[in-house]
Amino acid sequence: MKSSRRKFLKIAGVSALGLGAKPVLDVLAASGEHEETSKPEIMKGKDALIAKRWAMVVDTRKIESEEDLKPMIEACHKIHNVPEFENKNHEIKWIWLEEFKHEFPTQEHEFVDERVKHLPFLTLCNHCQNPACVRVCPTKATFKREDGIVLMDFHRCIGCRFCMAACPYGSRSFNFRDPRPFIKETNPEFPTRTKGVVEKCNFCAERLAVGRMPACVEASNGVLTFGDLDDPESEVRKLLKANYAIRRKPALGAGPSVFYII
Amino acid sequence: MPNKKKIYDKGAVLVGLCIFVIVITFPFWFNFGNAAPAPEPKISDKAKAAKECVMPKEYMKMEHMQLLNEWRDTVVRDAKRIFVSSSGKEFNMSLTNTCLDCHVEKAEFCDKCHNYASVTPYCWECHIDPKETK
Amino acid sequence: MLEKALTGSKRYYGWMAALLAVISVGFVCYLWQFRFGLGITGMSRDVSWGFYIAQFTFLVGVAASAVMVVLPYYLHDYKAFGRITILGEFLAVASVTMCILFIFVDLGQPIRVMNVLLHPTPNSILFWDMIVLNGYLLLNIVISWKVLEAERNNVAPPKWLKPFIYISIPWAVSIHTVTAYLYCGLPGRGFWLTAILAPRFLSSAFAAGPALLILLCMIVRKFTKFDPGKEQIQSLAKVVAYAITVNVFFFLCEVFVVFYSKIPDHMDHLIYLFVGLHGHGVLVPWMWASMILMVVSIILLVNPVTRKNETVLVAACITVFVSTWIDKGLGMISGGFVPNPLHHVNEYVPTVPEILISIAVWAIGFLVLTVLYKIGVTVKEEIAGLA
Repeated sequence: MKSSRRKFLKIAGVSALGLGAKPVLDVLAASGEHEETSKPEIMKGKDALIAKRWAMVVDTRKIESEEDLKPMIEACHKIHNVPEFENKNHEIKWIWLEEFKHEFPTQEHEFVDERVKHLPFLTLCNHCQNPACVRVCPTKATFKREDGIVLMDFHRCIGCRFCMAACPYGSRSFNFRDPRPFIKETNPEFPTRTKGVVEKCNFCAERLAVGRMPACVEASNGVLTFGDLDDPESEVRKLLKANYAIRRKPALGAGPSVFYII
Repeated sequence: MPNKKKIYDKGAVLVGLCIFVIVITFPFWFNFGNAAPAPEPKISDKAKAAKECVMPKEYMKMEHMQLLNEWRDTVVRDAKRIFVSSSGKEFNMSLTNTCLDCHVEKAEFCDKCHNYASVTPYCWECHIDPKETK
Repeated sequence: MLEKALTGSKRYYGWMAALLAVISVGFVCYLWQFRFGLGITGMSRDVSWGFYIAQFTFLVGVAASAVMVVLPYYLHDYKAFGRITILGEFLAVASVTMCILFIFVDLGQPIRVMNVLLHPTPNSILFWDMIVLNGYLLLNIVISWKVLEAERNNVAPPKWLKPFIYISIPWAVSIHTVTAYLYCGLPGRGFWLTAILAPRFLSSAFAAGPALLILLCMIVRKFTKFDPGKEQIQSLAKVVAYAITVNVFFFLCEVFVVFYSKIPDHMDHLIYLFVGLHGHGVLVPWMWASMILMVVSIILLVNPVTRKNETVLVAACITVFVSTWIDKGLGMISGGFVPNPLHHVNEYVPTVPEILISIAVWAIGFLVLTVLYKIGVTVKEEIAGLA
């Protein structure tokens, strides 16, 4: 008991000094109590899907009505425990529908053809190459991973909402109150959020890690294609090579990773 | 300007000071010698059957919070989700899906000690106890 | 010197008690917000910053304006302002205190505020804002206190203080520049995406701050035996006159660029604020009132006859303060969020608890200001042998 208390103090001291920056594992290894076994390791899963820059292509030609898109939204919101509020001010959405004039406000004109004019467009975080949200975050709570996914660390977010002001696509939502009572059916495998943090689409990072495609892609019946933009042989690249696709607000230089074939 | 050093109302000041000291130290002497015995967390059958945790028991007892802190950073920020323990066993680094899968009784395993130590970790504001959702 | 704040007239205690009452009401509302979340405010997914951040922005300006008395006195040796630098610096201290509080009450996870220090992120302007605001607060506390203390002891201020005083001058400009950079570097917000935002912020600050300072000088003169001085007030009035003129000029530059270029992303926000967009326009009367009041105040302040009449001057200063407050404290922030980046129009109106919390923060600022002014003025009275 005594020795363990001493060790506790030692570790507490180290963590106070480095504010937890120094991995605890090192301290343990240094104390030399487990010579007989190897050091614990941390790694990626073997099945994890890996890319240089994840991207999504939405083939709007395959969409006829909202009904074609609703399953994707439902799949996403269900597995990610996205709440449903009656108060529109508190609304949280990761993926939703917009009309052309709202999705592409700078490309809109009065002679847009009838199909496009009334077509519902799938709207989600663009996982930009130059994400303004990442640039402005004062705690690195939102950050860009090596594979291009722009992610939220809900543990670190202080709720300043600077990222919401910075995002030119309106992709971010804020938990204005505890979301739990407003989640219809909770998926225990994915955390909910707490009040006071920002959230958005995560390109299903948790599914890619175990070798699965994003939930919306899986539910899309081929409307959505997901893959590595850096790999010329990937499905997304083949689609982009064969078809003209547009991105939202290209003039801003954010470099969205979501493409729309019109 | 008065330059004579003197405490005005000396008596009242001293009485006030005494009362202040007594009140501020009240929790210490009131509870002196009455410490409740530390509770033992209940190890579930599943955990017993598994025999080993991700780290030795003694370590987990004292430093599970640091371990969890590190897990959350590596999982969220470095996209590394697999922990290989020193015995070579692989674990998915997940509070709900791994820890609570084995230690199925959160109330008996986690809350008991947390309540005793009067700590309220906010893990549970987001991470789900699968029992509660059923 | 702090003990000077502990004794005072019945009026002084009454005023302090009233402020404390207002603060406690706001504090209870804040506890509610702390438990419930920011959902008790009128903010939304589209207008994600509201009244709190707007007050913060306005008050950074008031804080920065202390430089308008410090600069002429220390750099140009304009002796008259020596009498009132302390009042300007104390006003800065109180204003920065409010700024920091407004940022704090706006946080969704206030207990995690230290994450900004644990994970310092120089590419975030908010990180720099934290540095300049806290630095400015510290500078002003040290400078004002040391100068007042020296004055009381009838000695020259310590030599080491000089560099800090000189640093405080560009530092004042920096706090409002950095605050403008919070907004004007965001790619999708046409209303703020303008290089003239920082100059606009500074011009309205140098109007609003000194206008408030004039009013405070008048109050000090009325209720204490210390007279900040006629010349001082008139000099400040000239600062206000030209700052408000420049502010209107900058705004008109903005209007020209936006409406001559006819870029919708930039026009829509001004249209929303001054005419209303798709049937939404809660701010329209406010914005016109602000503009009209600014023009009125220019007429009253530039004209020497009206400016020299102190009754008119008071009215003009109130006009300046109110008009710049509407411009920045109401229009500047929500105007940037409406319409949203997808061109939906969702308006923002603050809720009652949100306003009560804001008033409480203002009351804390006035409490700090009252304590500091009480100390400063009592010391000044003593020096003059009036007390």
